[in-house]
Amino acid sequence: MTAPLLALDGVTVGYGLLPVLHDVSLQIRSGEIVCLIGANGAGKTTTMMTICGRPRVSHGQVVFDGTDISQHPTHEIARLGICQSPEGRRIFARMTVMENLQMGAIVANTPDGFESDLARVFALFPRLADRSNQRGGTLSGGEQQMLAIARALMGRPKLLLLDEPSLGLAPLVVKQIFEAIKELNAQGLTVFLVEQNAFYALKLANRGYVMVNGRITMTGTGDELLASEHVREAYLDGATGPEEEVSIS
Amino acid sequence: MAYFLQQLINGVTLGSIYGLIAIGYTMVYGIIGMINFAHGDVFMVGAFIALIAFLALTTIGITAVPLALLLVLIIAMVLTAVWGWTVERVAYRPLRESFRLAPLITAIGMSIVLQNFIQIAQGARVKPLQPIVTGGYELFHQGSFSVIVSNIQILIVATTVLVMGAFWLLINRTELGRAQRACEQDRLMAALSGVDVDRTISLTFVLGAGLAAVAGLLYLLYYGVIDFFIGFVVGIKAFTAAVFGGIGSIPGAMLGGLIIGLIETFWSAYFTIEYKDVAAFSMLAIVLIFFPTGLLGRPEVEKV
Ligand SMILES: Nc1ncnc2c1ncn2[C@@H]1O[C@H](COP(=O)(O)OP(=O)(O)OP(=O)(O)O)[C@@H](O)[C@H]1O
Ligand SMILES: [Mg+2]
Repeated sequence: MTAPLLALDGVTVGYGLLPVLHDVSLQIRSGEIVCLIGANGAGKTTTMMTICGRPRVSHGQVVFDGTDISQHPTHEIARLGICQSPEGRRIFARMTVMENLQMGAIVANTPDGFESDLARVFALFPRLADRSNQRGGTLSGGEQQMLAIARALMGRPKLLLLDEPSLGLAPLVVKQIFEAIKELNAQGLTVFLVEQNAFYALKLANRGYVMVNGRITMTGTGDELLASEHVREAYLDGATGPEEEVSIS
Repeated sequence: MAYFLQQLINGVTLGSIYGLIAIGYTMVYGIIGMINFAHGDVFMVGAFIALIAFLALTTIGITAVPLALLLVLIIAMVLTAVWGWTVERVAYRPLRESFRLAPLITAIGMSIVLQNFIQIAQGARVKPLQPIVTGGYELFHQGSFSVIVSNIQILIVATTVLVMGAFWLLINRTELGRAQRACEQDRLMAALSGVDVDRTISLTFVLGAGLAAVAGLLYLLYYGVIDFFIGFVVGIKAFTAAVFGGIGSIPGAMLGGLIIGLIETFWSAYFTIEYKDVAAFSMLAIVLIFFPTGLLGRPEVEKV
């Protein structure tokens, strides 16, 4: 078996003295979509941010492409090709959509590739093309989410980190974004996804992890987790809605 | 009318100098939320470097005025930028993650250090420079009063417009400027996008110090004398200008500088010169009542 693209090995991390993640290990292989699900406050965002060096691990390793990056500065981790669409979207509010995308392109470091990358994300999210001269702060929530993902894609990521891309969005937009993720993955992009919307996420993912209070308690393929009694009870409560919706489509 | 016009010319000249310094205050505040109290003293150091550079150039026989000015400008900008960079590196960066008041305290300390250093190294007495840019144009006269715009005033305003224009392009049209603005808006997201935040903060200090050096040179040419204390007096005015225009806003700093320069000049001309500072600060208080974030400042809360 080939070495994983990203591996967390026994990672313990916290804010100040309070540990939030305890001995977390997980692997993401090239070409996979892996998703992490868990309740509010479980530590999903912390896991995403730890990969990028904020906060720093106190024990364990984060290995990307064979190197331990746990002590690398955040901007160097980004330059290795780990691009994140973070929780809360973090759009540069006083920059235009175009400038936000230019910010994303910094890590791609291919001035010649900019135009073609731009055409690609505009094809994915045509809304952004119409809004390209508008300030980020004036976009709607859904448009900002699209922009956050597009910005991450402009960096030509080797690994794309998506923290709750569906948060607060209309079902139609969620569907659109999930389709986009699937399409990108089909083109070879590796994706690590955090979602509240566990049903969709597990449907989409090759594999998933379940996090409870900062520990990984369960792992398996997306279908295995979907079938698990525990996961159904804890995370898919009332999920008959989306299930029906999907079975229709 | 003629008198008014003359004061307008004088006010714009003074305002240009304030504006150049105010940008340094506003940029540092914008990116790390701190008032760099040593910035006025960096301006003073810039003026001294310019003075020494003039004397050195004269000694080695470079006396052609345009060439000497250009060389002094470059030397002053580069060396003062090094000072600005050093101040950040030595006094502020180690305290970046510390409690909020810590950098403010070291800033005041840094200001005292720079003043005392120049006082010891250069002496406490005022240093004169023989007039370098002389002459001017008489625009017109009314009775016995003639309106004069001197060459040095033209030079000051033209240099300011040019430097600010170049600076504007740098901030708004280059990748460096974009990174600078990104750090201002969201340092964590900037880092996640591959921007070296520490380097960008250093760059901000370097740019601010470079502009302060331009102001230092222009001040030296305009007044002909400098001493180790000008950083405090002029610095406070420029800081007031930055707050007036809306701290954190670069156009605000330019506008604020201009307004403070005009208020000061007009007050001295029509009322009493002793109270010119009171006038400037009172106007600041009044403006802050109606525009708590300054004229062009943005409210703290934003839709995100
Ligand atoms: N900057 C911080 N400082 C201190 N504690 C924090 C910080 N960020 C998160 N925490 C704490 O760490 C724990 C995990 O938070 P985290 O944001 O990783 O959860 P999450 O799984 O992403 O939750 P959600 O689904 O609500 O986004 C929480 O108890 C939270 O209070
Ligand atoms: Mg979260």
